[in-house]
Amino acid sequence: MVEFALPKNSKITGGKTWPKPAGATEVREFKVYRWNPDDGKNPSVDTYYVDTHDCGPMVLDGLIWIKNHIDPSLTFRRSCREGVCGSCAMNIDGQNTLACTKSMHDVKDGAVKINPLPHQPVVKDLVPDLTNFYAQYASVEPWLKTTSPTPQKEWRQSHEDREKLDGLYECILCACCSTSCPSYWWNSERYLGPAALLQANRWVSDSRDEATGERLDNLEDPFRLYRCHTIMNCAKACPKGLNPAEAIAELKLKMVERQI
Amino acid sequence: MSFDESHGSPKRPSMRTPLGRVRNLGAAHAGTSDFWRQRITGVAMTLLMIPALVIIMMLLGRNQVYAAQTLSSIPVAVILLLFIFASVWHMKIGMQVVIEDYVHNEKLKLTAIMLNNFFSVAVALASTYAILKLSSGV
Repeated sequence: MVEFALPKNSKITGGKTWPKPAGATEVREFKVYRWNPDDGKNPSVDTYYVDTHDCGPMVLDGLIWIKNHIDPSLTFRRSCREGVCGSCAMNIDGQNTLACTKSMHDVKDGAVKINPLPHQPVVKDLVPDLTNFYAQYASVEPWLKTTSPTPQKEWRQSHEDREKLDGLYECILCACCSTSCPSYWWNSERYLGPAALLQANRWVSDSRDEATGERLDNLEDPFRLYRCHTIMNCAKACPKGLNPAEAIAELKLKMVERQI
Repeated sequence: MSFDESHGSPKRPSMRTPLGRVRNLGAAHAGTSDFWRQRITGVAMTLLMIPALVIIMMLLGRNQVYAAQTLSSIPVAVILLLFIFASVWHMKIGMQVVIEDYVHNEKLKLTAIMLNNFFSVAVALASTYAILKLSSGV
């Protein structure tokens, strides 16, 4: 049966409260999930105080400040710090989002609570293991597939057909949507999840692609596609403002279209 | 670190590649029929709900003779039969979705899906028999 409780070794216990920075006039409390694979202990939530006069406004700025000034062992992914790479996806104040585009001032009450993306195995602290997520992306074969002879120049596309890719191509694969989806939590080994399906629709919708039917064949499955129950958490979570649920609905429509 | 080796997963390490695990047995090439039928039966139930409710309200507190007389009308019997078919079919597909969502033990899942089918057929046949019996005045 589906598991509603955390495994014993994942239950959160206690946590360390780090001292407030000396001389700081204004601090913001951060409660951060910690887990170290090497010490054999259960995860904990550590409390830090960030000097908001000494760091930038975003949650990622706060995390970097903690790593630089308080606790260098705090582990998280980050790269572009401007919402393009998707590395710093994490659960902030109960919502999956990018730490680099989430202002700590938008977290209204109390501490800024930070956890790794939900329902994924944790590598360390805020770093989830996204191996399965990336394999699911690879399974939709996210590249142009053609059998016609390659043209001398580029594969041509009308402006109208190009517009059909808007709202799809912008996905940065941060995994905020998939890891916010209850269907994905229960069946992540068989359900492809919102991100991979949005990407699948991006290639199914591409007028230049000649493998549309094969792509739909590959998706037509009670688990791969039809686990989506239009819960819409994906659309709410997407930090890029995309709507994976709509993309999945378009895929389902195309499945029906080719049958009736 | 592979998916199975990391924290939070009780499973043993697997030698299969992540892509191999995702592709697994391949696509079932099924699911669209159930998806489409769920929509058709949903729309049918919406349309049949009001006439079916009116008929049921008319029968409340009445005796069997009155019920048999009401159901002897062909439109009334057809509406009730259609409502039963649509709702049982919808119930069967919906319950199967719930089982597939939450039951992960393969044997238990298979048994639950089988029982769901049996139960749905039994409900449909019993209801059809009751409506036909009353409408034929037997």
